[in-house]
Amino acid sequence: MNKSFGANSLRSGPDERGRFGEFGGRFVAETLMPLILEVEQAYNAARADPTFQPELDAYLKNYVGRPSPLWFAERLTKAIGGAKVYFKRDELNHTGAHKINSCMGQILLAKRMGKTRIIAETGAGQHGVATATVCALFGLPCTVYMGATDVARQAPNVFRMKLLGAEVVPVTSGASTLKDAMNEALRDWVANVRDTFYIIGTVAGPHPYPMMVRDFQSVIGEETKVQLREAEGRLPDACVAAIGGGSNAMGLFHPFLDDASVRLIGVEAAGHGLDTHAHAASLSRGRPGVLHGNRTYLLQDEDGQIQEAHSISAGLDYPGIGPEHSWLHEIKRVEYVAATDTEALDAFQLCTRTEGIIPALEPAHALAYVSKLAPTMGKDQIIVMNLCGRGDKDIFTVADALGVKL
Amino acid sequence: MSGSESASVHKIAGRIAARFAALKAEGRGALIPFLEAWDPDAATSMEILRGMPAAGADLIEIGCPFTDPMADGPTVQLAGRRALNSGATMAHTLAMVREFRSENNETPIVLMGYLNPILSYGVARFCTDAGAAGVDGLIIVDLPSEEADLITADAKANGLDLIRLVAPTTDDARLPLVLAGSSGFVYYVSITGITGTRTASADELAEAIPRIRKFTDLPIAIGFGVRSPAQAAGAVKAADGAVVASALIDGMVATLDGEGRAGPNSVRVVLDQVQALADAVRSVRK
Repeated sequence: MNKSFGANSLRSGPDERGRFGEFGGRFVAETLMPLILEVEQAYNAARADPTFQPELDAYLKNYVGRPSPLWFAERLTKAIGGAKVYFKRDELNHTGAHKINSCMGQILLAKRMGKTRIIAETGAGQHGVATATVCALFGLPCTVYMGATDVARQAPNVFRMKLLGAEVVPVTSGASTLKDAMNEALRDWVANVRDTFYIIGTVAGPHPYPMMVRDFQSVIGEETKVQLREAEGRLPDACVAAIGGGSNAMGLFHPFLDDASVRLIGVEAAGHGLDTHAHAASLSRGRPGVLHGNRTYLLQDEDGQIQEAHSISAGLDYPGIGPEHSWLHEIKRVEYVAATDTEALDAFQLCTRTEGIIPALEPAHALAYVSKLAPTMGKDQIIVMNLCGRGDKDIFTVADALGVKL
Repeated sequence: MSGSESASVHKIAGRIAARFAALKAEGRGALIPFLEAWDPDAATSMEILRGMPAAGADLIEIGCPFTDPMADGPTVQLAGRRALNSGATMAHTLAMVREFRSENNETPIVLMGYLNPILSYGVARFCTDAGAAGVDGLIIVDLPSEEADLITADAKANGLDLIRLVAPTTDDARLPLVLAGSSGFVYYVSITGITGTRTASADELAEAIPRIRKFTDLPIAIGFGVRSPAQAAGAVKAADGAVVASALIDGMVATLDGEGRAGPNSVRVVLDQVQALADAVRSVRK
């Protein structure tokens, strides 16, 4: 339990069993259980060590480039009308997304634990690139599991990881996407428990990962609070972020959970539409179950078999969601909505043309919802959206979707 | 049944305990072959199940197909995928056990699988139906002791042994916690790894099994990496039982046609393999 917050705080979870309400926990094979407990102990010890956070902060400042700016998107605001829209610009981080915030924290922990080998899973490749990057920085060998389908559709990121010295293993089990990559990473970990640390990319997996990744990503919301106070002298009226596993959203939302006046809105990927079978909206269309070490909302059939997700954004293409989001959904502190592939593509182009920023397709989903929400709000109101990744990696997908031949 | 209490008392000292007691009296260890329900199809897997006791199976482990078997290697993963493609559900797996029980009331059946299909079925309903179908024990791979309270009471009420996995990483400090509330037998995962990959050495087993025995009187079966008759003999020499899974599935896969359909020898090949394993296990006097 996070003792720095009071018992009535929504930020005090998880409990000692790693649960947020009935979600979370540690549903792993016995072989991994002792290691999971070791990671938890090491993380608690690191948090209690006054040298850990300053060490991490120094890397975030001097290597990652934090704090990331908070940008008032004035032309976009004019174009859509209504509330003022600010972007939290985590796409300006080194490696181009928020993923590195958590990779840096986790690799410092791995080093403290004396682990000599790093593994990770990746979907779009952003987490894989961030992990390969910190492994190059610290001189640790790195193996990244990536679904064979994603290897094919994210070739530039595969090459980036290889340039950084990582081994990229294409996963052909299941549907060969992010879910299967995570299975394969867990299988590697089971076989290499003694020397290997698993850097998980999102706020999912067995306890303590959902808590740990959240804590490392919360720098996004903490900075936002300070920066908006400087710019506007107050809290935002709404925070909006895209959700696959949910790490960028959790990072933005968590510092605002106890600020009741701030609406928090997570945007899932509706793919071809929520009423088709091709979406990734675990909260809107799934139900609770257990996968990848935690109890959470999942896309599954009536027999408890996990279903494939779909999104134009490989980073949102996951049939589960972090357990803390499941809890925040059930207690209704966070609103969860969805945006389709088409809406995200429109938002992608809107952002590019009005702000000169090419967003990743993930935050383009958040922007799709912002462009519906802002016009319903007053001009004196404020929305902060997490622009959690840059879109260079997505230009081929977008060109294809728009029918453009490169 | 004469009331739930006497039923559960009867079942707790049920088929698994009775079988291990009988084997002890006989002075030998147990062969525990595995099959994935509905792999490659319902009829073939039913025929394999039905033939296993006569081929020398002392207990039988039935795998419950799941899309995301995170502790399994490629062999069991593909078995699960074939089973799901042929339409397997949890209800079908239970129906197989019910059918088996109509002609065999002695050979213990253990279901091995992952938690989500059980949660989806409903934990209480699943335990009731499994007990009624004639299932004797459950091995739930992704349900460590820390989370087991979600099924303990329902399993007990329906006479289902909760069989715990113990791994090489389970140290002495942790063993009492892992063994608390377990019954039937202890499943020793002999390697740090997934199914069907490495094999533990005789030396590793000779060290591991006495360490576990210090904490439990339950029989210990060894699984993960037990493939050949010689390895099965080695496992029952070191412990009380040998679980063989991937090697049997591999044997069957070799008989499938290009589209993964069973051939005329699919059942025979598996049962011959079970027979060879049983001969080896029975050659070890304890």
